[in-house]
Amino acid sequence: MSLLIYGLINSIILALYTVGFSLTYGISGLANFAHGALYILSGYTAWSFLNILGLPFWASAPLAVIATALVGFLFYWVLLLRLRGIALAELIVTFAAGVAILELLTWKGFYGIRYSLPLFLRGGVEIGNVAVDYQRLFVVATGILLVILLWLFVHHTKIGLAFRAMAQNERTALSIGIESDWIGSLSLALGSALAAIAAMVVLPLGVMESTIGYEVLIYALAVAIVGGLESTLGMIAGSFIIGYGQILAARYIGAKWMVIVPLAAIVLVLIVRPSGLFGKFKELEERV
Amino acid sequence: MTEPGSKFRKKRLDRGIKARADTIFAVASWREILYLLLPRALPAGFLLLLPLFLDGYWEKVLVYACMFGLLALSWDFLASCGLFSLGQSLFFGLGAYLAGGLNYYLHWPPVVTLPVATIGGGLICSALLSPVMRLRGVYFAMVTLMLPILFMKGIEATGLLGGTHGLSALSPLVHDKVSAYLAVLGFLVCLFAFRRVINSDYGLVLMAIRDDDRAVMSGGINIYWRKSQALFIAGSVGAFAGALMTHHYQFVGKSVFALDYSILPVAAVALGGQGSFAGAALGAMILVPLSEALRALGGLRIAIYCSILILSILTLPEGVFHYMERKYQQFETKVEVR
Repeated sequence: MSLLIYGLINSIILALYTVGFSLTYGISGLANFAHGALYILSGYTAWSFLNILGLPFWASAPLAVIATALVGFLFYWVLLLRLRGIALAELIVTFAAGVAILELLTWKGFYGIRYSLPLFLRGGVEIGNVAVDYQRLFVVATGILLVILLWLFVHHTKIGLAFRAMAQNERTALSIGIESDWIGSLSLALGSALAAIAAMVVLPLGVMESTIGYEVLIYALAVAIVGGLESTLGMIAGSFIIGYGQILAARYIGAKWMVIVPLAAIVLVLIVRPSGLFGKFKELEERV
Repeated sequence: MTEPGSKFRKKRLDRGIKARADTIFAVASWREILYLLLPRALPAGFLLLLPLFLDGYWEKVLVYACMFGLLALSWDFLASCGLFSLGQSLFFGLGAYLAGGLNYYLHWPPVVTLPVATIGGGLICSALLSPVMRLRGVYFAMVTLMLPILFMKGIEATGLLGGTHGLSALSPLVHDKVSAYLAVLGFLVCLFAFRRVINSDYGLVLMAIRDDDRAVMSGGINIYWRKSQALFIAGSVGAFAGALMTHHYQFVGKSVFALDYSILPVAAVALGGQGSFAGAALGAMILVPLSEALRALGGLRIAIYCSILILSILTLPEGVFHYMERKYQQFETKVEVR
């Protein structure tokens, strides 16, 4: 029973890590390697609002999300605009910017027990005979809600439909008046905001450290590779496979083998189905 | 300078000496021979003489620069067949651990471990990455980024191969000068060999895979086999650097999978210019001494590399080497646009 519950929580956390990355890639074909850095940056932004400006957490968390979205938006217009379409340069620049942010944060001394975000909800509950605290349940609720909202957003709003049009065919989208730079920057902003939301609900479970930024990026990449980069269903399936795999490995082999699970999952998936379990959409193009 | 209303454009022409010296192949005078030879022989000779004059700290810096030069060359080689790696530390670390492990557990001397680690590292790299080669785009970069970090965590968690403490007291190379010369020679041989290979038929196929892999497939060439050969070559070069480093410091630890070894080669290529190998070498020779000078800044160093990387991609996308090459071989004039 505890296996079931903690596996679910772990999976939802992984899905939260991935959702922003996979959204940005799916819409504008932009692999945002600064994703983990934005995640941790939003944590520190919230911390600063909380402890330096003295705002309450319910105000500083949304502010941090907005600030991170703004960072993503500016990031597109300042750096990426000149490099659109050169996959290599995009990749190097996002990665370098991410590493620069993380290393700057480490250098400024943002690590240690002092830096942690408060819990939204205190206390816990017993499900069956497993003790679960409310914050973890809150994470699960947020994850599920976010996926539903996103689905509604991309299927039933004008901007969401424009996102999907861009994802399907950029030129046709251009020809019916969807401006690709505008949508691209919005997709990066939305991806960053999703990273920030994930940070707001997941970070209170532990302390903040900039190494977590690398971890988030790695898990996001692992889930995206296993599930297939551009499909939402694949993302969910990927996070459940890796999430439960990790909990199973921790239970039956030993906690230290948890880190091997994503690696093994990636290797297996790449051998069996190189474009990911649900990545049918671009299979022909990518599988050359 | 420009009058309002009139516009100028730059006009570039090859210098006469370039046209005579490299297309007609009628090298008639000392001037022409020197024109061709100096840019190649001067840096090479300088590097070969350098270990004689340096010792102690700066000799270590030279070895370091050659290591990173090798990693940057191996990156450039992979990039010229369309594989963009973000994990050069994978090659480096595999070579380092192979050499270290063989020396530590089996007591093989460096004369044996160096070649074994070089070849073995290349084989393991191409075996590990062979599933990814079937994919285009960012997949290769993603997987290469993850592998070294997962290796690092694996070693940390399982305690295999010395765990967090690493393997120490490995056998040194005979003398510090020997390792310095091995590094310099390896670097130069690799540089000039790669420059030759990429212009041969073999290299043309590799570059064609980068440009249009389907066309190469329709020419009846097995691109996966070619890509795994390229991976083997690049992996061996990286593994050689790692193995040499292991014996030079007589120590190998999980830090060989660190991000430095992945970032700095990419930064070097971005600074120096991609595709010519000389650019990668030049970039490493600029960045490594610079980073030694920045050592006092500690953790900020990586942030500074990254800023250099971003700035050089945005402002001088062709790279320093291509810029210098153009100035050397062409002259520019301003022509009025009518």
